Amino acid sequence: MHDFFGAAELDALRLSLAVATRSVLCSLPAAVLVAWLLTRARFHGRMLFDAFVHLPLVLPPVAVGYVLLVLFGTRGPFGHWLYEHFGVELAFSTNGAALATAVMTFPLMVRAIRLSLDNVDRGLEAAARTLGAGALDRFASITLPLMLPGVLAGAVMAFAAGLGEFGAVITFVANIPGRTRTLSLALYTAIQSPAGDALAVRLAIISFTLGFAGLLIAEWLARRVRHWLGR
Amino acid sequence: MLAVTVAKRRGAFDLDVAFEAPTPGIVALFGRSGCGKTTVVEILAGLLAPDPGSVRLEDVVLVDTAAGYSLPAERRRIGYVFQDARLFPHLSVRGNLRYGQKRSPAAPHTIGFDEVTELLGLAPLLARRPYTLSGGERQRVALGRALLSQPRLLLLDEPLAALDASRRAEVLPYLEALRDKLSIPMVYVSHQFDEVLRLADYVVLMEAGRIVAAGGIHEMSLRPEFAAIVGPDAVGAVLEGVISDADAARGLARLNFGTSTLLVAAADARVGARARVQLFASDLILATQPAQGLSVRNSIAGVVRGIREDQKEAQLVTVDIGGASVLARVTRDALDSLGLHLGSPVWVLVKAVSLRSHVV
Repeated sequence: MHDFFGAAELDALRLSLAVATRSVLCSLPAAVLVAWLLTRARFHGRMLFDAFVHLPLVLPPVAVGYVLLVLFGTRGPFGHWLYEHFGVELAFSTNGAALATAVMTFPLMVRAIRLSLDNVDRGLEAAARTLGAGALDRFASITLPLMLPGVLAGAVMAFAAGLGEFGAVITFVANIPGRTRTLSLALYTAIQSPAGDALAVRLAIISFTLGFAGLLIAEWLARRVRHWLGR
Repeated sequence: MLAVTVAKRRGAFDLDVAFEAPTPGIVALFGRSGCGKTTVVEILAGLLAPDPGSVRLEDVVLVDTAAGYSLPAERRRIGYVFQDARLFPHLSVRGNLRYGQKRSPAAPHTIGFDEVTELLGLAPLLARRPYTLSGGERQRVALGRALLSQPRLLLLDEPLAALDASRRAEVLPYLEALRDKLSIPMVYVSHQFDEVLRLADYVVLMEAGRIVAAGGIHEMSLRPEFAAIVGPDAVGAVLEGVISDADAARGLARLNFGTSTLLVAAADARVGARARVQLFASDLILATQPAQGLSVRNSIAGVVRGIREDQKEAQLVTVDIGGASVLARVTRDALDSLGLHLGSPVWVLVKAVSLRSHVV
């Protein structure tokens, strides 16, 4: 691999994988909770909440990145608080890139999870209830396993999409080699530089391969899980 | 004692029922589809809250809206067998069976895993997944799963309705085995009278969200409300008795009830066993003197206790045959020419083979 890919490409690949992994791991539980709230819970302002969750789908990514910068920048209200209490710095860091990616891919994940939650037979939950399972128990033992196809599909989609997040990342955490220069940022940088054509081609090949593999894995996982659930 | 007094309004449907049924034993909620039977069992299970109402099982209050109390469904320990089985698709048969068992209170385990798998013939199915099971097998697993949650009441909501005739015949004996071997009170919902006939001890007749009659199965089978539900062809008294004599060679058994006996065509009858038969009203012949020179095997003396209008030109005559009554359908013309009226002595003629009999 080192013969064909140089340190810059491997750095970008490693960073992209790290950013996408962190973003998926951190946002998945929240996405399951939000999908559950939007599907099952009855509360005032549900429509507003629904619209808010889906906002990143329709906003320019640069605008999302800017909002993050204002809120989570070192002097932003949340960014300042995080730094004061936990010493966590999000602006211009890999974790910041993961946060921007998570926000952008969140609606994708929620949509996939909601779809499968809608398909969970409420009658099975009622049956579990008559067998002595309380609310949390029912969720963990019945609802969650049955919505697993959607959870996995959502996670893989968000991961694949997260590998290539650009606008929100470059706006929030800039383009720092080794820290925030992910694949798409490296690709953009290579295209901008006069001698970067060969590097750009290699980065594009990596991106293409990763995306394709992601989609294949998502489909394969979904089949496996559906089979496991007996459908 | 299962004491139920509940009301529930669901859109245009209005339920308002009250009954007290003896326990243990099988209480049948019997009525046409849509009369509110399932709503009643959902309230019993705690899956639905009554508008006002209370449910008490023995000395345990399950819900009492007047006192603002309702035991959550997951703590009621009421087994529920749904019409569509509702097995968990991601668990094996064993996993499904263990699901309720793991969540049941540790102390009074009345029924064990091996006993249930034995009773319901589940041993060969344990490793299988629900989607590989037939409809009858699914219902047996659902029964086992409910039993293993150590229920103090078992609700069976048309457990056979989704099955074809041969599958129903496969599951029914298991239900009878449960009734006879376990002392768990059961509520059995059905719109099929043959199931009620085979299983129920106490029958609650329902129509349009109301109870029209409730009582023992013999008493209920004589009621006009029962005729209204089952239709004219299925009208007939249900008699319960003890087999006193079984002649396997001739395929006949003698059934004793009250002070009368009845010859029944039943090849597999066992002396001493309890048995039920239904005598269809249209199969009975009334005579003013005992039968002679006829192929009819049963000729029972009785007294006319009631005459009521049936459909079209026919009349339903209730005849007391000593400790029990039967219904006979005769034309108005026959009634007049025999001169039958309340209190008339009469002979009831029944062919042994015409009995829908079942040895319990």
